[in-house]
Amino acid sequence: MAELIPVENLDVVKAIVAEHRNVPGCLMQILQETQNDYGYLPLELQRTIADELGIPLTEVYGVATFYSQFTLKPKGKYKIGVCLGTACYVRGSQPILEKVNNILGTVVGETTADGKWSVDATRCVGACGLAPVMMINDDVFGRLTVKEIPTILEKY
Amino acid sequence: MAYKRSQILICGGTGCTSSGSMNLAKELKKELVKHDIIDEIEVVVTGCFGLCELGPVVIIYPEGTFYSRVEVADIQELVEEHLVKGRPLSRLIYTEKGDGHHPLSINELGFFKKQKRIALKNCGVINPEDIDEYLGFGGYTAIEKVLLTMSPQDVINEIKASGLRGRGGGGFPTGLKWQFAHDATSEDGVKYVVCNADEGDPGAFMDRSVLEGDPHSLIEAMAIAAYAIGSSKGYVYVRAEYPIAVKRLQIAIDQAKDYGLLGNNIFDTDFSFDLEIRLGAGAFVCGEETALMNSIEGKRGEPRPRPPFPANKGLFGKPTVLNNVETYANITAIILNGAQWFASVGTEKSKGTKVFALGGKINNTGLLEIPMGTTLREIVYEIGGGIPNGRAFKAAQTGGPSGGCIPASLLDTKIDYDNLIAIGSMMGSGGLIVMDEDNCMVDVARFFLDFTQDESCGKCPPCRIGTKRMLEILERICEGKGIEGDIERLQELAEGIKASALCGLGQTAPNPVLSTIHYFRDEYEAHIFDKKCPAGVCKHLLDYTINEDTCKGCGICAKKCPVEAISGEKKKPFSIDLAKCIKCGSCIEACPFGSISRA
Repeated sequence: MAELIPVENLDVVKAIVAEHRNVPGCLMQILQETQNDYGYLPLELQRTIADELGIPLTEVYGVATFYSQFTLKPKGKYKIGVCLGTACYVRGSQPILEKVNNILGTVVGETTADGKWSVDATRCVGACGLAPVMMINDDVFGRLTVKEIPTILEKY
Repeated sequence: MAYKRSQILICGGTGCTSSGSMNLAKELKKELVKHDIIDEIEVVVTGCFGLCELGPVVIIYPEGTFYSRVEVADIQELVEEHLVKGRPLSRLIYTEKGDGHHPLSINELGFFKKQKRIALKNCGVINPEDIDEYLGFGGYTAIEKVLLTMSPQDVINEIKASGLRGRGGGGFPTGLKWQFAHDATSEDGVKYVVCNADEGDPGAFMDRSVLEGDPHSLIEAMAIAAYAIGSSKGYVYVRAEYPIAVKRLQIAIDQAKDYGLLGNNIFDTDFSFDLEIRLGAGAFVCGEETALMNSIEGKRGEPRPRPPFPANKGLFGKPTVLNNVETYANITAIILNGAQWFASVGTEKSKGTKVFALGGKINNTGLLEIPMGTTLREIVYEIGGGIPNGRAFKAAQTGGPSGGCIPASLLDTKIDYDNLIAIGSMMGSGGLIVMDEDNCMVDVARFFLDFTQDESCGKCPPCRIGTKRMLEILERICEGKGIEGDIERLQELAEGIKASALCGLGQTAPNPVLSTIHYFRDEYEAHIFDKKCPAGVCKHLLDYTINEDTCKGCGICAKKCPVEAISGEKKKPFSIDLAKCIKCGSCIEACPFGSISRA
C-alpha cells in the first residue's frame, strides 16, 4: 500500500480538484481520490475541496457523511471487515465479528488507540460462496470458524 | 494463430480469486514451461463458472474435465498426469454428493443440467480481458445488425415483443421504458443511458459476475439502448466494493474504444456513443434509480419524488433510460436470435431466464441461471444439491431486504415475478438465501430491519422513523422482552410504511417482517409468550447447562467465563449461575469435552 499523504499537504487535494472540476458531478470522484491518497477526509480537506470548487462546505460535508465508505476519522493500519451480508450472516458471521472484537478489544466502526486495527461490519462483499468471509485490508479469508480467528490475527 | 491442443480455464471471479485462483494460473504457466508444452496449451482466466462452493475451479478442454478446490500444490501432478500423460487426475475431479459418480464433463453435473444460460452465456467461457475472445463468440454483431439494418423503433419493438422485464427487481417491461425515453423530448437533444451496477442486496452477486465475466456484452447492450432512444452518452454506476469488476469493465471500455466500437461514427454510421464508469461509495439506497442518478450528479444519494419519471427528466434533468446489468445482459441475445426465441422461454408473463445467487445453507453455493417457471424445489434440491449436514430446509429468502421468506410448503411454486409477489416475497435482484432449522425467523427479520433502518437515507419520515420503531420491537422480542400485541403493532407499522414511504427501499422494507409473521407466526409467539427461541439463535432466550455426567471438572470454562458465573471444585462437575450468566458462549467454545449445552 502506498504511503498516505499528511493532511498538512494541501497541494495533492488541490491537484485532484483541478483535474476533475470540469466533469459534471465530480464531487464524488474528488472525495474518493482524496480519501485514497490521505486515508480519510478530515474537515480541513473538505474545506479545501469546497473552496476550490466554489461550493458551500455544507454540500461537501453532506456528501462525505452520506456514504458509508467515506470516513472522517483515520482508519487503522489493518482494516478488518467482517461481512454481515445475508449469506454470511446465516452461516455465522456475527460470532466471528464478536470474536474479533473480543480479542482486539475493538468496537465496530472505531480504530484502536495505537492505530493498528480498525473493525467494520461490512455489507456483502459478493464472495457468498465462501461464507462467512472476513477481509483484512485486501486479504480475503473465507469459510471461517470462530476457532481460526486468533491464528489469523496473530499473522498481522 | 498457433494451434492449441488444449485449453485450461481457470475461474477468475471474486469467489475463486479469494480462494487463490490467480496463484494457480501463475503456477500452471510455470509447469507448462517446464514441460515445454506452453506453446500447445492455452491458459485462460475467465469469469465466474457459477460453482463458487468448489473454488478454485479449473476446467480442461476439449474434454471439459471439471477439477474443484485445486491448490497450488496440486498443479505439478495435474500437469504431469492430465496434460503430459493424458490421464485425468481423478483425485481432484469433482464427485457429486451421494452417488460417487465422477462426471468427466461439466455438462453432466446436476448443477448445470437444469440451467439455461442467456445472460451468463459467456461467463466462465471467455477471457473477459480480451475483446478478441468476445468477438470470436459473436460479440458486437448485435450492434452491427442494429446500426446497419434496424431503425430505433425497430429495436424498441423487438425488445417489447420479447417480453423482457427489468431484472433489478421491479420487473417493469424494458421495451416500454425505452419507448418512453425515445418519445421524450430533450431541448438540447441530450439523453442518457445508465446502467445500475450498484448491486447492494446482501447475498446477490449476479451483476458482479457479468461485469467480471463478460463486460463487453454490457457495453454492446448499452450502445444498442443508446441508439434506440437517441442518446450518445452512458454511465455505469458500480459499487466500489467490486474492484475486479471495475478493473475489467475499464479494460473492456478501453479496448472497445481502440477497436472503434465506442466513440464517434461507430460502423461508419452517424451513431456515436461514449461510456464512463462512476463508482458508488457504499449506500444501499443508491440502487434506487432516482437516488442513483443523484449520486452520479455528485450529490447525496437521496431518491427524488416521481413524477417526473427518469424517462422524461432523469440524469442531469435529461431523459434517461436506466436498466440493471442483468437486463442489459439479455439484449444482444434478443437482437441476434429474435424476440420470438426469447419469448419461447419462461412463463406467460415472465419471459426468459433469471440469474440467482444461491447461498446460505445449501451444498452448491454459486451462481445459476434458470428459465422462469422453474420451481424452488428444483433449485434447492437438484441444482443446489440440498441442505448440508443432514439438516432440514426451513425457508428460502428471495428479494433481499425487500423480499420475504418462503416456507417449505411453497417449495413447488414456479418462480416468476408475479408468483413471488403473490406469496409475499419478490424477485428482487436475484439473491436466494437458503435457511435451515438452525436459523431463527424472528432473528432474520430483525437482521433485515437492522439493515434497512441503517441504510434508510432519512429523507422521508415513514422510512426513517417507521423502520426504527419496527426494529426496536423486533430487538425487544429477540431479547425476551416481547409483550402481547407486538405482532399486531409490527403489522400495523408495516402497512403504514408500505403505503407512505417515498421510494422502493421504504415501501418494501417491511416485507421480511410481514412474510415471516405470515409463515412463521409460531416462532414469534414462542419468543413473546414462552420466552424461547426454537432455533436456538437468540442469545437472551437460551439457558446454558453443564452436563454433570460428562464434565471432568477441569475448570477451563470457569477461567474463560468473563463474569465469573461458573464455579465448582476441581475434578467434580462445575455449575453455571444463570443469574450471572451473560450468555456469551465462551464456555461452550472452551470446554474440551463438549459438556456444555444451550437450549
